[in-house]
Amino acid sequence: MPKIDGIKRVLVIGSGPIVIGQAAEFDYAGTQACRSLKEEGMEVILVNSNPATIMTDKDIADKVYIEPLTVDVLQHIIETEKPDSLLPNMGGQAGLNLGMELAESGFLDSHGVKLLGTTAETIRNAEGRQEFKDLMERIGEPCATSELVENIEDGIKFANKTGYPVVLRPAYTLGGSGGGIANNEEELVEILTNGLRLSRVGQVLVERCIAGWKEIEYEVMRDSNGTCITVCNMENLDPVGVHTGDSIVVAPSQTLSDKEYQMLRTSALKIIDELGITGGCNVQFALHPSSFEYIVIEVNPRVSRSSALASKATGYPIAKVSAKIALGYTLDEIPNAVTGKTYASFEPALDYVVVKIPRLPFDKFIKAKRTLTTQMKATGEVMSICTNFEGALMKALRSLEQHVDSLEGSAYKNNTTEEIEEMLHIIDDRRIFVVAEAIRRGIPYSRIHEITMIDEWFIDKIAILVEMEERIKNAKEIGRELLYEAKRLEFPDNVIAAWTGKTEKEIKELRYKWGIKAAFKMVDTCAAEFASETPYYYSCFDGFNEVEDISDRKKIMVLGSGPIRIGQGIEFDYCSVHSVWALKNEGYETIIVNNNPETVSTDFDIADKLYFEPLTPEDVENIVRLENPDGAVVQFGGQTAIKLTEALMKMGVKILGTSAENVDAAEDRELFDEILEKCCIPRPKGHTVFTTKEALKAANELGYPVLVRPSYVLGGQGMKIAVSDNDIEEYMAIINRYHQEHPILVDKYLMGKEVEVDAICDGEDILIPGIMEHVERAGVHSGDSISIYPAQSLSGKIQKVIVDYTGKLARSLNVIGLINIQFIVYNDDVYVIEVNPRSSRTVPYISKVTGIPVVDLASRVILGAKIKELGYGTGLAPKSDYLAIKMPVFSFEKLRGAEISLGPEMKSTGECLGISDKFNEALYKAFLGAGIDLPKYKKMILTVKDADKLEAVDIARRFKKLGYDIFATRSTARVLNENGVLAIPINRINEEAPTLMDLLLEHQIDLVIDTPTYGDKMKDGFIIRRTAIETGVTCLTSLDTAAALLTSLENSDKGHLSIVDITSINKNSFN
Amino acid sequence: MKAFLILEDGTVFEGKSIGAAGEVISEIVFNTSMTGYLEVLTDPSYAGQAVVMTYPLIGNYGVAYEDMESLKGWPDGFIAREISRMPSNFRSEDTIQHFLEKNNIPGICSIDTRALVKILREKGTMNGMITTNEDYNIGEILPKLKEYKVTGVVEKVSCKDKQEYVPGDIGSVKTEADRNIAVIDVGTKKNIIRCLLNRGCNVTVYPCNFNADEVIASKPDGIMITNGPGDPAECTGIIEQVKVLAGSGIPVFAICLGHQLMALAHGAKTYKMKYGHRGANHPVKDLETGKVYISSQNHGYVVDLGSIDKSIAKPWFINVNDGTAEGLSYIGKPVKTVQFHPEANAGPKDSELLFDEFMKMTGGNK
Repeated sequence: MPKIDGIKRVLVIGSGPIVIGQAAEFDYAGTQACRSLKEEGMEVILVNSNPATIMTDKDIADKVYIEPLTVDVLQHIIETEKPDSLLPNMGGQAGLNLGMELAESGFLDSHGVKLLGTTAETIRNAEGRQEFKDLMERIGEPCATSELVENIEDGIKFANKTGYPVVLRPAYTLGGSGGGIANNEEELVEILTNGLRLSRVGQVLVERCIAGWKEIEYEVMRDSNGTCITVCNMENLDPVGVHTGDSIVVAPSQTLSDKEYQMLRTSALKIIDELGITGGCNVQFALHPSSFEYIVIEVNPRVSRSSALASKATGYPIAKVSAKIALGYTLDEIPNAVTGKTYASFEPALDYVVVKIPRLPFDKFIKAKRTLTTQMKATGEVMSICTNFEGALMKALRSLEQHVDSLEGSAYKNNTTEEIEEMLHIIDDRRIFVVAEAIRRGIPYSRIHEITMIDEWFIDKIAILVEMEERIKNAKEIGRELLYEAKRLEFPDNVIAAWTGKTEKEIKELRYKWGIKAAFKMVDTCAAEFASETPYYYSCFDGFNEVEDISDRKKIMVLGSGPIRIGQGIEFDYCSVHSVWALKNEGYETIIVNNNPETVSTDFDIADKLYFEPLTPEDVENIVRLENPDGAVVQFGGQTAIKLTEALMKMGVKILGTSAENVDAAEDRELFDEILEKCCIPRPKGHTVFTTKEALKAANELGYPVLVRPSYVLGGQGMKIAVSDNDIEEYMAIINRYHQEHPILVDKYLMGKEVEVDAICDGEDILIPGIMEHVERAGVHSGDSISIYPAQSLSGKIQKVIVDYTGKLARSLNVIGLINIQFIVYNDDVYVIEVNPRSSRTVPYISKVTGIPVVDLASRVILGAKIKELGYGTGLAPKSDYLAIKMPVFSFEKLRGAEISLGPEMKSTGECLGISDKFNEALYKAFLGAGIDLPKYKKMILTVKDADKLEAVDIARRFKKLGYDIFATRSTARVLNENGVLAIPINRINEEAPTLMDLLLEHQIDLVIDTPTYGDKMKDGFIIRRTAIETGVTCLTSLDTAAALLTSLENSDKGHLSIVDITSINKNSFN
Repeated sequence: MKAFLILEDGTVFEGKSIGAAGEVISEIVFNTSMTGYLEVLTDPSYAGQAVVMTYPLIGNYGVAYEDMESLKGWPDGFIAREISRMPSNFRSEDTIQHFLEKNNIPGICSIDTRALVKILREKGTMNGMITTNEDYNIGEILPKLKEYKVTGVVEKVSCKDKQEYVPGDIGSVKTEADRNIAVIDVGTKKNIIRCLLNRGCNVTVYPCNFNADEVIASKPDGIMITNGPGDPAECTGIIEQVKVLAGSGIPVFAICLGHQLMALAHGAKTYKMKYGHRGANHPVKDLETGKVYISSQNHGYVVDLGSIDKSIAKPWFINVNDGTAEGLSYIGKPVKTVQFHPEANAGPKDSELLFDEFMKMTGGNK
């Protein structure tokens, strides 16, 4: 029962598609909040456009709307569902902004909806730059000298007054979009122009630069009674200047004495109290490294990435407690679920060290600028826990899965010491390795500190790791003491082996002989002061094991998917969590292993036991030796989990579901070809190669264009379409940056229609929930394509072939559980292009729109159930009453210099869904959900490659019909005009003004359609695309996408969108 | 050098020696503060005890002497998981290692402090020995450990002679003093005195063998009875004097040991807790306002709520976690006492406003 009367139906707003700066942490927070509300007997109505989330499950909320997050849609939902209250602070900045708009317009009041948690005024005071500054001045808390400007001139004036550098922060944006540090007037003008446009209110804060100060964060809670507590404080290893989302962060703070710790804590509590926040709040400080001077950087009056991190770092569930506070409970009334003995008013005490490292996407965007600034670039993060800082750092590094297991800097061996010192000035994701190299070269701590401003305490810790590296390398024979110390610092066996000329197995045997084994400790919020039963563990090498309650129940280990990265997103967390739930339902004890602090899977009350550990064979084996699971499930954790299959088998762990050999068969080209041949299924011709020479030979034999890609990757990493020998040489060089254990595939590229199927197989029968069709032709990665369910353009005959092939493949590969297959339909023939015997990105969305609980069924099949018994039929399931269109969402504006044109390598960070019983409306909603809300100015730019020119005529004609003015580069304009479509020719960038660039910068353009030539080395197209993205203009690089957008614009009735509660979908069809 | 921690129950931890050389027997207690090791080490309430820090990394920010809560380090021993080899902080003047040596405090590190804390939590606070003698004879040691008892610690830590302070002293704010406060030093932390000085008080500190009549005769505006170490029930002489102070009509504010002595002076009882409260994160609830404060705590004994005559005193604060007494308000007397530490250091300053309340008790803004 809520403490506040009259709350029965609560509307919760989610955060929408995953973009850089707003990721899985809001699924975690939202899911926790919904469960917390339901615990109190509330009816929960949820709206979120992101179908890959757990929060949009019918188990989590009573009504679920996967709809575009716009004011119109929310108003419609409120009118339909008549909630009595709205909880806006769980959906990140996106959710908060929407809640604000609804409150400020008076809509909430007029519909009797109460804003829960935090008031609109509080949000305004915390988020409005000027309001915040005024408030801070009133209560005597220091802010950086700053000025809110609405034009360039005022910005220049301010900067001239305080002096450069200055920091620019646009108001009301997420992840610091459009912000940056300007060192001179030229940079100021550039960043400010951009920031003013991106700000929701056209305001940018220009402030005194405090780069190089210590960046400290506090996660605080406050209840309606005014009780305030700190959940956790955190210190960024990277000083102010790098967005906290891109920084290496340690919890608790390490270099603050009690005086500084309490000074900032007192300030944080004073601020949250003055703002009158009820719930969780994040306060960021800059602390001068050699005085007590500090500055309040920012306050986030909501759950955030940091609150997710703090929750996982301490075991204190901030979102859950926030939801209870919103209902009127006070902190001393809410029990601490971890100890069961204390209350939420007890501040967590840590007896371990937590390190978070961001996962940056530069492996995907190799041309993007790697510099880290106040604008966040990370797509995800890993967290690790250890009894010492060095160990936590080492564990976090290997959790990143970036081919790096130590700080060894072989990349720098050819650089001179002077060059290394110079490189210390570069602030990017490699800085910590450069610092390690600088230490190796004997550059003094003081010099490293002077350049990087990284605190010498951290530099010394890195030095300890470097010294250990040297001790191991120089050891004639590794002795017990050295090995123990190396393990205490979390050097993995494979690294020690490589440095000592031994095998990993030999090191392991030495360890076992000497009794050097990982012990597991509990995260209990109270530093062991109270006995706790939380099954939340981390490992260390310098202590006694305390996991005692090893039960006799049958238990299954579920391997998670690690950090969110492009190509392996939140979908796999959805699958892992659902698998855990399904296995629990079947009576098994479940153990989850994962290292991502943002996700639902690492909430301590999801599985029976949570091990917060790196997902490497050695780390997993430590858990296996302790728990002896009866089986492991790898098919739901993406490639991260799949990669562990072989190692698990060697440990003697039974792989449940599809066996390792069969996983291999799908990836091993020769084995796979045999199976295809046996089943009489065609695939595009291709070869396997290792060297560039072999690749060139294969490509020429097949004839260009060809598709080049490594095997065993996800998200098409390293996959490219090559049209020439030059391309082959370039791509092979990129792929072979890392040693490839598996061959590289070179296939003939067929430009047909791409079709995708997820299926469950029990060895005999299959169940296909639906066939999905991609809007973009083959060649665009499936994760970046618009995907339509059910497929619209396939004949019955083709569908039959697809179902037939799916069955044959699943059976031939002995798939038990999930399989994902991608087909190309080319000239009415069906080709198989990829088979993944595991869960896929499309599983959550297909589950939601068909009402078939795919992961749940697959989990039961893995345990031995037969599809026939599960009540959902076999073969291709009947079509749903609704169409669902999955739209990819990109974060290109956050990644300076990244190529945005779509190709076989995945680039999107998230997705949203459009659901309707009408195709056009579903399509429109999908675009709207992705933020493409057109038309605005009805002006567009068209520039297409020669091969697309004729096709572009029809597209242009249709835009024209919608009233668009079309600007086109000269050759495109000529073709259009020749074909009777009026187009205004416009100069290329290097020609005289006005050019394309000028047009874009006037901010009157709705849309750029630019199809790049494959292998296009021309800078022009690239600059146009980048400029479009950076000026906030929608830019499409595929004519198929453009045609789909047209269809949606031509047929949409913007004012009257229908809404669909997905919990009502197919409720009865399977009974 | 190797060092060993031998517990009364026979458990032995092997680690490395830190601090002063030598062997010590003491009562082993744990503190969960994540910062403030120097304040803990210089808190006189730890006299007669060896303290384990649950936070694993100690010494990170070195030693800034101005943060000392008394003139020296008091614990008999210091136990940590890891001592930072290089401190880093702009105020750091020394290392924790050197501090321990200088203060003749032996210690042990590189042990599993969490495992140790779990033993203390399950079995209760117990005695132990820190030794560097590898040939220790456990059969001889265990009886000694069982025998050991903390006694006479208040006399040890209290100042020997009366001391006078004015605002501006010991790093306080220099203001015009408008009142006089008598502080009964049964083991005071410097910050109690500083909190009074900051509020414009002239402070006279009396040693623990004070005479109540002398204090009353000096006509202070208020009396503060401080924190301190040991078993309060042992301090029978002081309790008699406190009884006189309480009856004087002069406003009294007492903290920690002072709070316990006041309760004992009014016929209540104290008992030893299983493992006490030592840390910077304990929620205490003000029963008048319902507001909860996070407090700094350091006590092994507690006033038995059931033993308090309701006509004499009423609970003011209670501990949210275990419901134990955290503060008392005496009926019909200007006497208020708290078990926790509103002066913080180490720990949160949330309840420092209690000093303002004390100022109000002593006559508002004069």
